[in-house]
Amino acid sequence: MQTPLTLSGDAERLGQPTGIRRWLTTTNHKDIGTLYLCFSFTMFIVGGLMALIIRAELFQPGLQFVHPELFNQLTTMHGLIMVFGAFMPAFVGFANWQIPMMIGAPDMAFPRLNNFSFWLLPPAAILLVGSLFAPGGATGAGWTLYPPLSVQMGPGMDVAIFAIHMLGVSSIIGSINIVTTILNMRAPGMTLMKMPLFVWTWLVTGYLLIVVMPVLAGAMTMLLTDRHFDTHFFNAAGGGDPVLFQHIFWFFGHPEVYILILPAFGIVSEIIPTFARKPLFGYRSMVFATCAIGIVACSVWAHHMFTAGMPVAGQLFFMYASLLVAVPTGVKVFNWVATMWEGSLTFETPMLFAVGFLFVFVVGGITGVILAVAPVDVQLQDTYYVVAHFHYVMVAGSLFGLFAGTYYWLPKWTGHMYDERLGRAHFWLSMIFFNLTFFVMHFLGLAGMPRRIPDYPLQFADFNMIASIGAFGFGLTQLLFLYTVMKCIRGGEKASARVWDGATGLEWTLPSPPPHHTFAAPPVIR
Amino acid sequence: MKDAGTTDCVDSAPGSVTMTRKRAKTISAASLTLPGTAIAAGEAKFGLQTPQTIVAHQIYDLHAIILWICILIGVVVFGFMFYAIVRHRRSVGHRAKQFRENTLVQIMWTVIPVLIVVGLAFPATRTVIAMKDTSSADITIKITGYQWKWRYDYLGENVFFYSQLSTPRDQIENRAQKNENYLLEVDNPLVVPVGKKVRILLTANDVIHSWWVPAFGVKQDAIPGFVRDSWFKVDTPGVYRGQCAELCGKDHGFMPVVVEAIPEDKYKLWLAEQQVKNAAAIAAASSAADKTYTLAELKSEGEKVYSRSCVACHQAKGQGVPGAFPALTHGPVTTGSIAGHVDIVLNGSKKNPAMAAWKGQLSDLEIAAVITYERNALGNALGDMAQPRDIAMARK
Repeated sequence: MQTPLTLSGDAERLGQPTGIRRWLTTTNHKDIGTLYLCFSFTMFIVGGLMALIIRAELFQPGLQFVHPELFNQLTTMHGLIMVFGAFMPAFVGFANWQIPMMIGAPDMAFPRLNNFSFWLLPPAAILLVGSLFAPGGATGAGWTLYPPLSVQMGPGMDVAIFAIHMLGVSSIIGSINIVTTILNMRAPGMTLMKMPLFVWTWLVTGYLLIVVMPVLAGAMTMLLTDRHFDTHFFNAAGGGDPVLFQHIFWFFGHPEVYILILPAFGIVSEIIPTFARKPLFGYRSMVFATCAIGIVACSVWAHHMFTAGMPVAGQLFFMYASLLVAVPTGVKVFNWVATMWEGSLTFETPMLFAVGFLFVFVVGGITGVILAVAPVDVQLQDTYYVVAHFHYVMVAGSLFGLFAGTYYWLPKWTGHMYDERLGRAHFWLSMIFFNLTFFVMHFLGLAGMPRRIPDYPLQFADFNMIASIGAFGFGLTQLLFLYTVMKCIRGGEKASARVWDGATGLEWTLPSPPPHHTFAAPPVIR
Repeated sequence: MKDAGTTDCVDSAPGSVTMTRKRAKTISAASLTLPGTAIAAGEAKFGLQTPQTIVAHQIYDLHAIILWICILIGVVVFGFMFYAIVRHRRSVGHRAKQFRENTLVQIMWTVIPVLIVVGLAFPATRTVIAMKDTSSADITIKITGYQWKWRYDYLGENVFFYSQLSTPRDQIENRAQKNENYLLEVDNPLVVPVGKKVRILLTANDVIHSWWVPAFGVKQDAIPGFVRDSWFKVDTPGVYRGQCAELCGKDHGFMPVVVEAIPEDKYKLWLAEQQVKNAAAIAAASSAADKTYTLAELKSEGEKVYSRSCVACHQAKGQGVPGAFPALTHGPVTTGSIAGHVDIVLNGSKKNPAMAAWKGQLSDLEIAAVITYERNALGNALGDMAQPRDIAMARK
């Protein structure tokens, strides 16, 4: 009988450390993938609890549960934890598990570095969450950490900067590892244009991370020296410029958005063909669109700053560039629909989440186009419309992509089928509560409710109440996910090697669960 | 999905000169049917607020056009998707067709979005240029953001004042019924004439704020150390409300913007009144310079200043917020040397940048009074006091 945490084959484990030492010293891509996924789910729950406190405060007008300082700290921490603690590690977890299996490699290129990049995360997370207990509390400057407000913050801000540095180092190491693995360890015969799309999206994501994470580290360091050594990078009184920080931050921040969505594109591009029982439509255009998004992502950052007072030429350039993103993104959506077209569709949980992803992502994409138009953005910047938009792309986009991928590959990882009934319930509850929470936020933003406020005028009361109810429903639904996954790890119907009848790809040639060393001999690609 | 309830949207507060009978009815009906949660009269519910300036009109129309185009695209995409979901499923016996590419279709769905995007760019460009054209303005007003209030300077008119939230604490903390303009009301609104082009110059004193009036289509960050500009021309008299849109610390949610647009003749009268008031205040300050006040006088004046400017951080009883804002009761500054106390109030704190420099915002008398108050109230009883002339000396 398997212990709950033993996720991969044991025969070759003889002589390997067991118990806690196994997890501390592991260099196995599957074990590290599991660690990443468990870590990210923990952070997802922590960040989610913060969101629920925020929504409880916003249930009614007036101050009820938290005072404004704590409210600001919670919104800030919710953002930082979700972006750096939950989503990024989750996708790295998927990369760890899947990329070696999908390209026919025995493991990652740098197994020890892989271990190190994971074990940087828990101390960083402890620092980040622990900063709530620093004198004066955590930073309340918003996850964007704009100076001079962030310079005003107490020592919690320094702790957060240190945590972000560690998370950044982990991310850079992780992405170097992934890029190297993809470029050097593919099975003979697997050319770049034969790679599964999930691998392609991670290749582009990896490059984006290597480009932008050091920029964030620079911004954080400048903030730190401004706070303590009077460097005045962002202080006008000393010859600096607060808006400079915004440029540097968003040069990281906007590609970051694509970092969080591209691997989800990849996951969905694996799932839809499987359940449509036909090949992905327009593979080549999918690859080109991914690369195009990656490139354009680096030249649209200032559309987050349309109200900062840019000259006309700047506004126009960033508006045109932002609108252009719609084209490759549209190509991807059309390709997915074309893949479903004339298929032989079935709707198991992974497919439900993939189609759900497609639905909500298109809504988020549409509001993205609306926000790209500079004059309209001026009206909507820093309102709940923006909150609705990025939750549609991130929660619905990235998270639904992650859920889809989890249900899709969980039988492969554990060797057991998950409970289909529970999976479907999880999907429908998530879908309903998600839209209940976030759709009404569009109306709030259009009518003029600013974001990041602990209390609001009375005309926003009813939609806020609906959003809060939805949020609690959505939060509770995620416990069902935890239960479903735990149940699947502990047992269930045995999964075959090719779990889904329409699945293609190297990972399905391995037994479920796969052996300790993924491919001892490279597979042959026709 | 849009503009239900946006037909009657001028937010004319009760008592405003222009409130029509029809609007008055709307308000009373709203407050009758929804006591406690009264919807502010004519506020937009599902769409953008009713535009009141040319720029806001253009934004409103742009949004409507783009929204409809996007809905159309959404309907087409979802139409195909749901058709496939319903008809091309295995359970209805549909067999998969194995195709991978279709060059014509792929070129079409790349070129058509490009054309739509280019089409959108034209009207948007026009509006961007209009928004940025702040030339030949009739009036220029400098707006400065403070944590957490606005200062309005009518340039060349010798008129300035501060504008801050007037909603009572009791309503925020749920001890009293919230009124209709809860969190959207201020002590001194910005007053502008209708039909005149008003250029606003924005800057900030401490952190970045953002001045936003949705009905004007104006949202501009106020950045410390830099001046940005924007403009509006209001056509209809009325009271227009907005809020600070950039996170600026603890009371970010509590610094509304209220603009009252009135006919030009009334504006002229109002301006003259303000000039008289300002001149009187300056005269009072200069006569205060040499006067020696009693402890009781300073304390009672100081209490007013404290409740206006200090209470947000240091709290009603001077207890502060542990870790964030120091307590004044038995605090090292409030019980230390009076010179040190004067210095930190005048120039702010180096150690904790959240403590602002008040020398620009408060007069000598106000600073002397609040320092005396802090040393002889809030649990302190040092017995010493500062006179306005001490502050004037310290400023040099």
